[in-house]
This record gives sequence, C-alpha cells and structure tokens, in this order.
Amino acid sequence: MTEMLPIKLSVNGAVVSKLVDPRQHLTDFLRSDLGLTGSHIGCEHGVCGACSVRVNGQVIRGCLMLASQTEGAEIETIEGIVESGEAAELIAAFVARNALQCGFCTPGILLTAAEIVAEGKCLGRQEIRNELSGNICRCTGYHAIIDAVEMVLAEKMKEE
Amino acid sequence: MKAATFKYLRAESRDEAYAAFTEYGDEGFVLAGGQSLMPMLNMRLAQPAVLVDINPISELSGISLRDQQLHIGATTRHVEVENSTLVAAELPLIGCAIKHVAHRGIRNRGTFGGSLAHADPAAEMPACAVVLDATLILQSRAGERRVKAADFFLGVMSTDRRSDEILTGIELPAQMSTDAWAFHELSRRHGDFALVGVAATAQRRSIGLDGLRLVVFGCEERPKVSKIAASMLLSRKDVAELATAIADDLDPMSDLEGDAKTKRIQARTLVERSLEDLLGGWPND
Repeated sequence: MTEMLPIKLSVNGAVVSKLVDPRQHLTDFLRSDLGLTGSHIGCEHGVCGACSVRVNGQVIRGCLMLASQTEGAEIETIEGIVESGEAAELIAAFVARNALQCGFCTPGILLTAAEIVAEGKCLGRQEIRNELSGNICRCTGYHAIIDAVEMVLAEKMKEE
Repeated sequence: MKAATFKYLRAESRDEAYAAFTEYGDEGFVLAGGQSLMPMLNMRLAQPAVLVDINPISELSGISLRDQQLHIGATTRHVEVENSTLVAAELPLIGCAIKHVAHRGIRNRGTFGGSLAHADPAAEMPACAVVLDATLILQSRAGERRVKAADFFLGVMSTDRRSDEILTGIELPAQMSTDAWAFHELSRRHGDFALVGVAATAQRRSIGLDGLRLVVFGCEERPKVSKIAASMLLSRKDVAELATAIADDLDPMSDLEGDAKTKRIQARTLVERSLEDLLGGWPND
C-alpha cells in the first residue's frame, strides 16, 4: 500500500488537515476530498487551464502540482473568489458579453482574468489575448472573453 | 491520466536532497516546478520510484548580481525572472525571451533551473543560456561541478547532469550596454512551444557587427551556437546571404508541426529578422 502523507493547508480561508496519496494532484484533491468541483479537469497535462487554482496568491495549474506539495499553502479556488465577491465584476462582464457557452473553461479563465485585473496594467486586446493564452475555450472563439476582460479593465482604469 | 505510484520526499535542505539521490540514484527524480515533469508523470511517460521535492530548499531560489555575473537560483520561478528589475537591466535578452516561456499559470510555477535541466529542444531558456555563455552549477555529496551551457545540453532532454547531482544555480555574465541582442519566436499561440526560435547577441561596431553568437532552437536536438555565425563580421549587405548560410547549416528535426524543409525556411526567416534587429533596423535612406 502507498504510504499516505499528512498535509495541513488553508483552502478558501479554512484550515484543512488530510491524508493524501503522494501521487494525487491538487485539483483531484480539491474535487474528490474536499468536494470543490468548480475546478475542472480537462487535459491533465497542463495544456487547457481548466484546473487553474490560486496557490499563495498566484494562479497555477492544479493538475501540475501535487496535493502533497501544498503543506502550509494558502489555496483559493473559484468557489473562494466567487464567495468573497472578488470575481463579481468579471462574472457580470462575462454575462453581459456572453463570454461563455458550456462553461467548462470559465472557472479557470475567471481565475486567470482576476490575476490580470489585480495587476492593474492597462492592456490592449492583443495583450489580454496573450495573457489568457494558457486557457483554452472551445465554445466562444475567445472574442467575447476578451470583450469581457477588456470591459472590466476599462472600468478599473476609470475608477483610478 | 493519473500518475503511477511513487514515494514523495520533501527535501528541506541540500544535504537531505543529496542523501536521497545517493540512496535512490536513477530511481529518484528531482521535482522542481514540475511543469514538464508532472505532465510526464500524469501521462506515465515517466514512472520514477521516488520524487525528491526541492521546492522547500529556500536558498535555491533568488536572483543576485555579483562581479558582473547574475546568479539565478535553480528554483527561481519564471515569473520572478520576468518581473526582476535586475534581469531587465543586466540580461535584456532573458528579459525578452522569458515572456515567451509558456503561459501565465505555468510561469507562476515553473522554474528557471527546471527548464534548463529538462532540456527540451524547443525551450527558450536553454537557448538563451547557450547564447549568453552561462555556467550551470551542479552539486552533489561529492562536491560542485561547474559546466558551461554549451557543454551541458547533450541532446533531446539529455544533459550532462549526473543522477546524483542537483542543478542548484546558473551564472550568467551581464550583457554589456554596447551588446546588441535579438530574440524571435514562431509559435501557434503566444506561450506555446516554439516551432522555431532564434536567440542572438553581437557587439556593435561602426561598420556592422562582430562576435555574433546565434542559436536556432526548436529545430535541432540541442541548442548550439551556429559555427557560421561565429566566424563572420556582419554588415547590412551580408544579412540575406548569412541568414541562408546559417539556415543551410542546420540539421532540423521533423516534427508534427513541420518537416525539416519547412523548419529550415522558418529558421531562415527568423535568423534574417534577428540579424536585422542586431544591426538596429534598416536605415531610412
């Protein structure tokens, strides 16, 4: 039998202590062990971005990090940034611009977009496209997603 | 897919890591950022018995400048290199090329040393390390070895690193303000692996360029400085001819994105653009 490893971490602000299989990746852990199914599993080799989660403040691929590596880490998932209200403007913009269809990629794209918005840079459409290039969407053709992120960035610029 | 079973060891210090590799030898794999290793594990292309996680060894991370040498710790994340004012000021070639390394989520986790140790022929950092004549620092229980980038890369995902060694850091000589540099990459999407890329430096002279060091990556089995480029003093009238000569001298690997002939044509175009950049663009007259 595989030796299970104890980990203690913070997930969306709550302290979690669990035993994990060393080979289990972070997104599997979040989905299977914690029931946080907002992070999706697409390709499982780092190409699609559907599994994106935030670890210690930065968006990463949940399928390319082991749960056993998260000892002491602070994890935020799509559930976390929706509940905190952090994603509210982005979600409103995604609805307004029809920036999703099936929604499978949306949690990962919202997390990536939230990081872009938080950085506060003034980005053009091509730059937004480049920044989001690690998240694949097979429904929208991306234009509507770029519209939505551009809209939120423009609002931020107005506020400042 | 899911990774096969392995033993996971968290190394808190270099000594713990050395001890693990002494014990497990070839069975132990270094886990740094994991942005290349984890996909290989998930697809079961790699099935190591033991993973030694070197992320907790904090002294392996960081960027510092000493005696005109920039030292980049092996587990320094790509994003830290990208945001580093030291890198932007002292190594503008790296500052430019790092933006092409994968996507945001991968740059946040992937490491500078990991990209070099993985030695993907299409990767940007190995090519830049060769162009800039970087020195790779390898450490083990037996001591330290310093290997020039040109000697480190042996082939596709094959390096001079021994299985008991860890790549702990990289030393790069700061670029001189009089040095010209160029970087061009062709990829399907921003952040995707290069179909073909070029990294180059040269010294500007009143009549042209001297000391050209140019690597075409995503093309041959390993990054190496073009011998043709190294032997020529370049002026504007030489650009087209030199680009053709450099491309003709390549031995491109065919892949799903293109056969050797296509790669050579793509490489020639990027080499020509790079040479133009090095010369400072075309004159107006």
